Amino acid sequence: MGISVGIMFLIMAVVAGWLLKQTMSTTPWIARTTIVEGHGGSFSQAKAKIGLWVFLAVVTSLFALFISAYTTRMELGDWRPLPEPTLLWFNTAILVLSSIALQWARHSVEKEEIGGVKIGLAAGGGLTISFMVGQLVAWQQLGDLGYHPSTNPANGFFYLITGLHGLHMLGGLVAWCRTSFKVWRGSEAAEVRLSVELCTAYWHFLLVVWFVLFGLMLST
Amino acid sequence: MAYVTHDETAYVAPLEVEEEHLYHAKTWLGKYVFSQDAKVIAIQYACTAMGIGLVALVFSLIMRLQLGFPNTFAFIAPEDYYQFVTMHGMIMVIYLLTALFLGGFGNYLIPLMVGARDMVFPYVNMISYWVYLVAVLILVASMFVPGGATGSGWTLYPPQAVTAGTPGSDLGIILMLVSLIVFIIGFTMGGLNYVVTVLQGRTRGMTLMRLPLTVWGIFMATVLALLAFPALLVACIMMLFDKIVGTSFFMPAVISMGEQLPHTGGSPVLFEHLFWFFGHPEVYIVALPAFGIVSDLLATHARKTIFGYRMMVWAIVVIGGLSFIVWAHHMYVSGMNPYFGFFFATTTLIIAIPTAIKVYNWVLTLWHGNIRLTVPMMFAIGFIFTFINGGLTGLFLGNVTVDLPLSDTYFVVAHFHMVMAVSPVLVVFGAIYHWYPKMTGRLLNDGLGRAHFWITFLGTYAIYYPMHYLGFLGLPRRYYAMGPTEFMPESAHSLNQFITISAIMVGAAQLLFLYNLIVSYRNGKEAGHNPWESTTLEWQTPATPPGHGNFGSELPLVYRWAYDYSVPGAPADFLPQNLPPQGGSAEGIREGKVD
Repeated sequence: MGISVGIMFLIMAVVAGWLLKQTMSTTPWIARTTIVEGHGGSFSQAKAKIGLWVFLAVVTSLFALFISAYTTRMELGDWRPLPEPTLLWFNTAILVLSSIALQWARHSVEKEEIGGVKIGLAAGGGLTISFMVGQLVAWQQLGDLGYHPSTNPANGFFYLITGLHGLHMLGGLVAWCRTSFKVWRGSEAAEVRLSVELCTAYWHFLLVVWFVLFGLMLST
Repeated sequence: MAYVTHDETAYVAPLEVEEEHLYHAKTWLGKYVFSQDAKVIAIQYACTAMGIGLVALVFSLIMRLQLGFPNTFAFIAPEDYYQFVTMHGMIMVIYLLTALFLGGFGNYLIPLMVGARDMVFPYVNMISYWVYLVAVLILVASMFVPGGATGSGWTLYPPQAVTAGTPGSDLGIILMLVSLIVFIIGFTMGGLNYVVTVLQGRTRGMTLMRLPLTVWGIFMATVLALLAFPALLVACIMMLFDKIVGTSFFMPAVISMGEQLPHTGGSPVLFEHLFWFFGHPEVYIVALPAFGIVSDLLATHARKTIFGYRMMVWAIVVIGGLSFIVWAHHMYVSGMNPYFGFFFATTTLIIAIPTAIKVYNWVLTLWHGNIRLTVPMMFAIGFIFTFINGGLTGLFLGNVTVDLPLSDTYFVVAHFHMVMAVSPVLVVFGAIYHWYPKMTGRLLNDGLGRAHFWITFLGTYAIYYPMHYLGFLGLPRRYYAMGPTEFMPESAHSLNQFITISAIMVGAAQLLFLYNLIVSYRNGKEAGHNPWESTTLEWQTPATPPGHGNFGSELPLVYRWAYDYSVPGAPADFLPQNLPPQGGSAEGIREGKVD
């Protein structure tokens, strides 16, 4: 559980530190007319962006807890590591490319080049779908070799963790569909800018999560 | 020393801020059923939570009947008893209190108190409620499947939760786990709304330190819930795998009913860690909103500034942080390393410091206050009693050496019911008596309210006080019936009967409350827009109940904090948050005019 405690401690330290800093040298009992902030919001970012950051904190907590469970269960005697299929390296490369493609879309949306946005989104989505197909093929290969979820906790964790990561990618694809739909229906770059930015941030986040998970499975 | 000073007094013109696009429902269905208005969602959450909570209340009374009068009621078989215990605990903690405080009060109060037109993501907010309802329905369905609901205790410990012999070990436990997973998904949607609305949805001038403590409590509880529920999610998913796919995450090699199960080598203690990593923050998910609300009730009805506002805020934040490193004090009896026990005992005792700060501040808020002994105030003061009581026994149980003999006795039952059942529920009642006039425009009946308070308050003491003593005697919890036992004197059995009778009386008193809720909706006394003469923004809305968009054509501007009660030299004994410095007359303030 050390990993989860560490991550949770980090998140809570950021939350608490930020809150304490915001509230430290204030004198709330004094009524004032000098209203400093424009909206009363704490950040100058869009609400949806703050929403995404909070959600990413939740997902971080979820995967941290899975990793904690993984490392705790690993220490018991019956753990038999499974050979990661070579295909996973290939999938990882595809996921990296999809992140790069979305970064390209983001870059284009900032320069208001809707053509570049289209290329970036199409490539990013296509690559992500191939990643997920690749993951399913990897499951198939392991299954054929006899590595079923119930035969060993290591296998169980492999299917569970890759499956959960895939589900999160699927959720991302829903957002990607909505954004692409708007783009192909003829929206201006400015209208989809926020959506593209949020998709890109989410993709990068899931890429990092995948690096951590893949690294964990390779090293154990 | 004048502790309230004013600086510049110029009038601030409304800023040219683009109005947020507000969704307007076009159909009756969209307005009252699939509504995106946080106030409607709040009431949907509250009604669903209280409905399922009533079911859990009935379960507890059936349990008490069995404990007070064993071998009397044929319809309570041992399996039924365990199912009632499990469902009672699970419903009360998660489907009632969490949903009511965050989904109910959070949805109603956050937008109104921070000066927002609605939550920031109203559509997601609506989905959140319907997902919650599905979770409740799955839970209810689990009571009707073959084998019935799970009877493994609300902690759902493996291996017994999924092995034959435990009631509901097939479909019951599966539906229970699925229901929890669905609940967590729904809650996360709502939780994102509560957090982002508090961070980004506040009106101009509403700085973080001008927020009422209610909002602080709900905000921090939501942060805890967002980070802690994933632990329960992980535990539920892995246990579902153990049950359905046949993995051995938690399941050790077991011989069940003379048959070797396919599992090997799993770790039930891992489940306990995950469960309590969620379970302990859950205590504060329920407690922090109660802390916040009770602070506001005390200040409003004592006509006094809350004592130590900044300390109160920081205590909430610090309690929230600490609640993640105390979980294993629920597992002292699992045979942990003594150094771990020492660590968790220490952190547990440290958390008493910010909690004690809050209790002192509540009491000091009452000191020299101009106390109006209204029904909400009585519930708030009642809370201080029960919370101190439950908190002190928590200090006993936080110590490993004291916990070991007392764990699994009625002492623990008494402790957690005092601290996280009775205390938050008293706050829920106080809050409903306080905000019902805003929700409906009518006051609840005062006489019925007072009767409800006294029966509930004294009744819960009659129920839980004797349980401490039974615990010291060594009466084990979770037992269906004691049978002839040497160490239990006859008086313990009569005490059990006394507890049961008290419980039935307290249960019946809740019917008074329900009757009051229903009857006052049509026949209650007209409340006016601000019956308690409160400063916070929800009482300054142009319409009561507030209309769609909450604040009419212009959002309020906030000039002061939420606790300007009895300010020396002020025109009235309360100054609404949107009243400009040195503005207002006594008449105008009472009538809700601020210019």
